[in-house]
Amino acid sequence: MSQQNDNTMQLSRRRFLQVLAGTAGALIVGIRVAEAADLPIPPAFLGDTLYGLGAYVRIDADGNVIIGARDPDTGTGTATAVPRIIADELDADWNRVSVVPMGLGVEDDNGKPRWIYGHQTGGLGDSIPAAWADMRQIGATARWLLLQAAAPRLGVPSDRLRCEAGYVIAPDGRKLGYGELAEAAAKIAPPTSPVTLKTPDRYTLIGKPAADVDARAIVTGQAVFALDSYAGDTLVAVLSHCPWTDGSVESLDTSETTAVKGVVKVLQLKPEAGIALGQTVRAPAVAVIAENTWAALQGRAKLKLKWKPGSQNESSAWFEQQAADLINDKNAAPTTRVRNDGDVDTAGRKAARRVEATYVQPWLAHATAEPMNCVARVDKDGATLVVPTQAPQQAWQVVQRLTGLSPSQITINVPRVGGGYGRRLDHDYVAEAVMLAKEVDKPVKLMWTRDEDLAQDYYRSASVHKFSATLDGKRQIVSWNQRMASASALAQRGVPDNRLWVSEVDAHQLPAGLVPNLRNDWYGLPSVMPRGFARGMPHVGNAFAVESFVDEIAHSLKEDPLVTRLRLIGEPRQISLGNDRVLDTGRLANVLKLVADRIEWKNWLRTVNGLGIACWYVDGAYVAHAIETSLQGDRLNIERVVCAVDVGRVINPAGLEGQVAGATLDALSSALNLQVTYKDSQVQQHNWKDYPLASMAQLPDTTDVIIVPGDGNPAGASFLGMPSAAPALANAVFRVSAVRVRRLPLLKEMLRML
Amino acid sequence: MAHAQDQILTPRPTGTIVPEKIREGIDLEINGRPYRHTGDDQMPLLWYLRDVLRLTGTKYSGEHGEGGYDLVLVDGKLVSAISLPMLHVAGKSVTTVEGLAGADGKLHPLQQAFIDENAIGCGYCTPGWLMASVDLLNRHSQPSDNEIDQLPNLCRCGCQTRVRRAIKRVANGARA
Repeated sequence: MSQQNDNTMQLSRRRFLQVLAGTAGALIVGIRVAEAADLPIPPAFLGDTLYGLGAYVRIDADGNVIIGARDPDTGTGTATAVPRIIADELDADWNRVSVVPMGLGVEDDNGKPRWIYGHQTGGLGDSIPAAWADMRQIGATARWLLLQAAAPRLGVPSDRLRCEAGYVIAPDGRKLGYGELAEAAAKIAPPTSPVTLKTPDRYTLIGKPAADVDARAIVTGQAVFALDSYAGDTLVAVLSHCPWTDGSVESLDTSETTAVKGVVKVLQLKPEAGIALGQTVRAPAVAVIAENTWAALQGRAKLKLKWKPGSQNESSAWFEQQAADLINDKNAAPTTRVRNDGDVDTAGRKAARRVEATYVQPWLAHATAEPMNCVARVDKDGATLVVPTQAPQQAWQVVQRLTGLSPSQITINVPRVGGGYGRRLDHDYVAEAVMLAKEVDKPVKLMWTRDEDLAQDYYRSASVHKFSATLDGKRQIVSWNQRMASASALAQRGVPDNRLWVSEVDAHQLPAGLVPNLRNDWYGLPSVMPRGFARGMPHVGNAFAVESFVDEIAHSLKEDPLVTRLRLIGEPRQISLGNDRVLDTGRLANVLKLVADRIEWKNWLRTVNGLGIACWYVDGAYVAHAIETSLQGDRLNIERVVCAVDVGRVINPAGLEGQVAGATLDALSSALNLQVTYKDSQVQQHNWKDYPLASMAQLPDTTDVIIVPGDGNPAGASFLGMPSAAPALANAVFRVSAVRVRRLPLLKEMLRML
Repeated sequence: MAHAQDQILTPRPTGTIVPEKIREGIDLEINGRPYRHTGDDQMPLLWYLRDVLRLTGTKYSGEHGEGGYDLVLVDGKLVSAISLPMLHVAGKSVTTVEGLAGADGKLHPLQQAFIDENAIGCGYCTPGWLMASVDLLNRHSQPSDNEIDQLPNLCRCGCQTRVRRAIKRVANGARA
């Protein structure tokens, strides 16, 4: 191992903690990822400006603390929770902490990018787990340095000093503010080994509720999203995309468009050949660039544009039929046998009871509130972008490929993001903005209109699940056979064929580990409809099918479905599912029992309203929903929703409550109403009326969230509130209406069957 | 150049100053301040707020404003800013989310309640919810659940139950 600069400490082979003296006596502590151990520290990292922060904690001489949030916050609250993890170890006064979004952290490694902040994605449920692993040391080290700086000034050894809310305090009560100590602390060599972290009994912020750091800015209209950014004299571009990804311009007359006052230019865009889906233009497009949005929109309306269809003529109805045919073909070989425990065929033969059912789920769109947009300025010396992305490193790859600029010439700022749900893991809109910005000598703000946003998405594939389970005479499930057909979200993205199942089904999903003979087969289908990562994938679709089917098993046993579930889960134990995944049946049963108690499940048989229940396991986190529904004529009311989550240690209970309640409503909204359809390969949904997110009236009045306290490493909760919500609703609908909904969207199917 | 310099250096008699002709335009009031729009009178209020004034709290929703992200109050009535050409705002008084707080920075009770109830997801649709909630409480100081159900806003992050709590918090506070 090479010698380190005396202002860095090695945390692992490639990670270094770094201490820097900033301007005006500031202390800066950050983490950096290095390929080589002896990298010099670029002066730019000294943090003269907030956006050049280059580190995670900065303590200024006036005692104010700035903490950088490295992960984009798409509304999941990580820009609050992660800085609080750092601030707690630092013993900072939260009222004096400001949080700054970091933008992409990249530096030049001989022309290649080096990601200097490590983890930098948002909305995938891994921000808090990743921060728990590496961010606490940042706060702890800054605190250690402040203690070393305080010791000589207070004349007390550092181990007899304590820290509290921004002060180092001596046993006799004398104290020094962090601001007074920052300059001296910045000159102290960091510890030679990692600092001992706090014990949980000393947490002051972790586990306590906090408002979102951006809340005040949001409610006063001051929060700046990418679409609100005006990089000086910015031009605005709007697009008209071809409805067919393989179509082309048949005729284009721009004369009326260019006559609109304020229209600057009309340009055509095309997908680049050989580039993976999501990294180039999605479909051929005509862009109208103007001095303001209104002129651009008028210009677009006046285009005389005729698209020539490509060869594609697929329909969503045809796709669903293909999926159903494939799943019903007993001789069809699966694309991937995702899990195969025991011997399903042999065990299935000597069954006392067999239950079978098939579930169909539709295509879905992302429908982010803030449409796709990107501000880009590109010239020969550099590119500066404002990107509403969940993955700035991937956005960088697109910018670099299209500009040929070096890592240090590309700046990507990421403000708060108006919803992600997986849509912003793709960067087609970044490619478009860069292509347009190269053609004009001003910054360009690309804005997708709502119709483009809904009809030019990377959709979640429709799917068909078929289950066959057998039970023995003691009501135990002895074999479980899941067959699922869908079009993989990973196709056309350079993922090998034998990994395409990963976006469609989880190898560890329930009831894996609970049934001795269990098989999970995935059947991949081709489709011309572009697909992408959807929120909660692959859990949401699978949980609906699996947890509906468990209810059907209970019904066939003429049994309370909670009893059936608790028998399936069994005694509290740890079940190894492979790949380091461990299912804790005690925690799973606990969330089920909590929601059952809260919704008064004992009335399940008696109440005229319908009670439904479901649970799910997601990578170390546990969730259950219980839902009460009533029916007035053919109007379905969701009377009560209770959700319990167990994520291990809770960082911000207020943030977690909001995230879980929100994800619950998102899942209910989606299950109730939503469906993307296409004919002749053209998506038929163009606005909110066609793709009706649930109205306030359709949703429950309250969401009751129970948070299980825990002390294990925190698991992510980005989408945790989703998987069990829709099956709990469908199971409640069955109780109240006797209609078993095996096809989503639920309302349409329920009304058809009533 | 010399000529231009002469103009600058030689003071003119004050009596000959001709004021610039007053530009014709659409006069309106936004958040209590007077504005005059001199551009296209068909420009929707939304783009005037955002592109011209850079008041970006009012968000783009859709071509017809269905999601409710672009709601503002015009003479106290809740309207979608994209559906309203500037011509129709002449002489009117517009309140946007930026105008809800007092001049001293004191938040509107609903703004505070949205923070306290964490009635915020990604935050993009929040200004629209606030404007619709302000309008609701202006019309019904103690709204029923059915009246709250009529809010036109959409939100994928699922802030609806927390918005309901925030509205009730303000309504109950008013009653107390």
